[in-house]
Amino acid sequence: MAKMTLDQLRKLREETKGEMTRRETEGKEIQVIVGMGTCGIAAGAKESFDAIVKAVDEFKIGANVVIRQTGCMGLCHVEPTVEVIVPGMPATIYGRVDAAVAADIVRKHLVDHKMVNGHIYDRPAIDIISK
Amino acid sequence: MAYKQFILVCGGTGCESSKADDIFKELHAQAEAQGVAKDVQIVKTGCFGFCEKGPIVKVLPAESFYVEVKPADAKEIIAEQIIKGREVTRLLYQDDSNAKRIKTEEIGFYQKQYRIVLRNCGIINPENIDEYIAREGYIGLEKALFEYKQDGVIAELKKSGLRGRGGAGFPTWRKWEFSRGPVSDQKYVVCNADEGDPGAYMDRSTIEGDPHSVLEAMTVCGYTIGASKGFVYIRAEYPLAIERLKIAIKQAREYGLLGDNILGSGFSFDIEIRLGAGAFVCGEETALLQSIEGNRGMPIPRPPFPAIKGLWGKPTVINNVETWANIPVILTRGGDWFAKIGTETSKGTKVFALTGKIKNSGLVEVPMGTTLREIIYDIGGGIKSGKKFLGAQTGGPSGGIITAEYLDTPIDYESLTSLGSMMGSGGLIVMDEDDCVVDVSKFYMEFCVDESCGKCSPCRIGTAQMHDIVEKITKGLGKLEDLDKLEKIGHALKRAALCGLGQTAPNPTLSTIKRFREVYLEHINGTCRSGKCKDLVTYSIDKNKCIGCSLCARKCPVNCISGSKTEKYTIDASKCIKCGECFAVCKFSAVLKK
Repeated sequence: MAKMTLDQLRKLREETKGEMTRRETEGKEIQVIVGMGTCGIAAGAKESFDAIVKAVDEFKIGANVVIRQTGCMGLCHVEPTVEVIVPGMPATIYGRVDAAVAADIVRKHLVDHKMVNGHIYDRPAIDIISK
Repeated sequence: MAYKQFILVCGGTGCESSKADDIFKELHAQAEAQGVAKDVQIVKTGCFGFCEKGPIVKVLPAESFYVEVKPADAKEIIAEQIIKGREVTRLLYQDDSNAKRIKTEEIGFYQKQYRIVLRNCGIINPENIDEYIAREGYIGLEKALFEYKQDGVIAELKKSGLRGRGGAGFPTWRKWEFSRGPVSDQKYVVCNADEGDPGAYMDRSTIEGDPHSVLEAMTVCGYTIGASKGFVYIRAEYPLAIERLKIAIKQAREYGLLGDNILGSGFSFDIEIRLGAGAFVCGEETALLQSIEGNRGMPIPRPPFPAIKGLWGKPTVINNVETWANIPVILTRGGDWFAKIGTETSKGTKVFALTGKIKNSGLVEVPMGTTLREIIYDIGGGIKSGKKFLGAQTGGPSGGIITAEYLDTPIDYESLTSLGSMMGSGGLIVMDEDDCVVDVSKFYMEFCVDESCGKCSPCRIGTAQMHDIVEKITKGLGKLEDLDKLEKIGHALKRAALCGLGQTAPNPTLSTIKRFREVYLEHINGTCRSGKCKDLVTYSIDKNKCIGCSLCARKCPVNCISGSKTEKYTIDASKCIKCGECFAVCKFSAVLKK
C-alpha cells in the first residue's frame, strides 16, 4: 500500500474496526486466537496451533474458521492459551491447551457448540477499547 | 441443540476443596429437575483467582460473578437466573476493599485488573498493523499532528500525570519539555527495552503483543520535541520481540506512519532498532546511550541529563517501553481521563510480572493504589500449596521485600519507597515460608556483583564486599558486627555510586536486615529455618518414626540413604547434598531437618 493521507488512515480505521467488531459479536465466522508470545510458544503454542489447524481440516469447517495469532494474554500459569469466538456463544478463553485439548476444543466447542470442561479461564480484564 | 446459557464452576484446587464438586453436581441435578438441562451447559473451569472467596460460579452471557457459593444455592441460581433471567444478588461479588483510591467507574466490577498498557496484548495480531489501527491505533498520532500540536501534547501529558515506568517515576511531560526547549540541529527519541530485572518480562510481552503502541508514542515524541530519529534499544535475547518490532516498523513505513512527511503533515520521523548484548547496566539510561553510540556500556555522571545532552551530545528523550505504551491512549482519551485512574501522586496503571510462589503467575495490570493483597490473593489466587506468605520482592535487585504487615498498603511510587523498596520495572516475586531472606539477599547481591560495570569503585568494591559478608552469614560464619558493617557499606554505596545500579544495589540486603533482623541473627547463631542455606542444615532420620518404607532411599538422587525394613533407614551425612527430597517425600515426618 502506498503512503496514506490522514483521510485514508481514518477510512481504513473505520473499515477495519467494523470488520473486527463484526467478527467479535454477531459474525458468521468462528475465530480461534492462539496466544503466541515467547511464553506461549515456549509452553507449546505452536503444537497447539498445528493441532487446531489439523482438527479444523478433519471436520471440514475450514471455510468458516479463522485461526489467528496474538501476543501474551498474561495468563502465564496456564499457557498455552487459546481464545475461541463462536457466534451465539460467549467468547471463551482456554488455558493449558496442549495438542489433545486443542483437538477437543475444535470437536466440542467449534462443531458441537459445547464448552470444554476443566480448561476455561477468565478474561483478565475488561477491554477498554470496546467500551 | 445449542445451549443458551453457560454456568462456569471454578474447578481450581482451592474451590475444589470448598465443595465446588458438590455445587457442580447439584447444578446439574437442579437443571435436570427444573427442566432446563438442554438450555444451559454447566462446566468446570480452571482457577479464576479469588480463591479466598471460593467457590466461584460465573454465569454467561450475563457475566454474573458469584462468590462463596454453597451447594444449596444451586436451586436458586437455576430457578432465578437460568429460568427467569434475574441475578441472585446476594451471591454477587462486592468489592469490600477499603482502599482510598480514585477509580474510574468502569472498575466497579469484580475484576481487579485494568488494562491500558496491555490493552491490545492477547487481542490483536501483533504482526498486522490493520488490527492495531482498528482498535484506536494511531489516533494519538493523528491528534498530536493535527489537533494538539506540540504545546497540546505536553499539556495533555501534564494533565495525565504520567510518570516514567522504568522505576524512578520522573514526570514524563517534564522530560519532554526539557528536550523540547534547546535549539539543536538534531534530537533523538529512545525506547529503553533493555529489560533486565530478574523476574520481569512486561516489556517483552508488550512489544511482542503490541509493537505499534511503542512506535506511535515515539513518533509523537519526535514531533513534540523536534526530533527526526528514534532508536529502540532492545536486548538480543528477545528474538521474537525484535522480529515483531521489525515487522511493525516495516508496515508503519509502508503506510507512511513512519518516514517522510507523515500523513501529509510535513513532519518526518524514522525508527531504528539497536540490539543490546544483555548487560544489566545498559538499562541505565546514560550507559544505554553509550552503548547505542558504539561505546562500552558504562554510565556517565548526570547532569547533564540526556534530555539536554544525550545521544551524540544532542537532546534525547529516553523512556521505558511501558511508559511509551501508555501515551497513545492518553492522547486518544485525553489527559483528564488518565488522571482519574490511580492515586493522588501516581496516575494510571502499573504492569507487574507476578512470579514466585504464587498460584496464578502472570502479567497483571492494575490501577495504581491497588494493594499487594489484591494482587497476590484476588488476582494471583494466593500462595501455592497454601504455605504462609513471607514477603514480596518488588523492583528486582534494586528493590526490597515487602512483608505481610504491609499487604494492605496501596501501591504507588511513594508508598513503595517509604517501605524501603521501589516500583522498579515491575517484577513482583512472591516468597513463602520455605524461602530464606538471607539467601535471597545473597542472590541479588551476587547479581549486582556480576552486573556492576566496574567503572566506579563504590559499586565495584562495595557490592563485592557486601556479597562476601552475606555469603559468610549464609555459611554460619557471620558475626554480629557483620550486620553493622553491611549497613555501613550499604549506606555509603547508596550515596557514592555513580548510577542507579550501585545506588540501589544495597536495597535488598538493607531492607531484609531491617525487616528480618531475627532471621539474620539465627544464621549468625548457625541455623536457617527454611533450610535454604545448605551449610546450616543437616538431615537425619528419626528411628522411632521411620517405618522402613524405603521411599526416601529410592528418591535420594545421590543414594546416600541406606537401611532396610527391619533396621530402619539412615542418612550418610558425608554424601548428602541437602536437596531436601527425603524431607519432602516422607509421609511419617521421620526425616528431620535441623
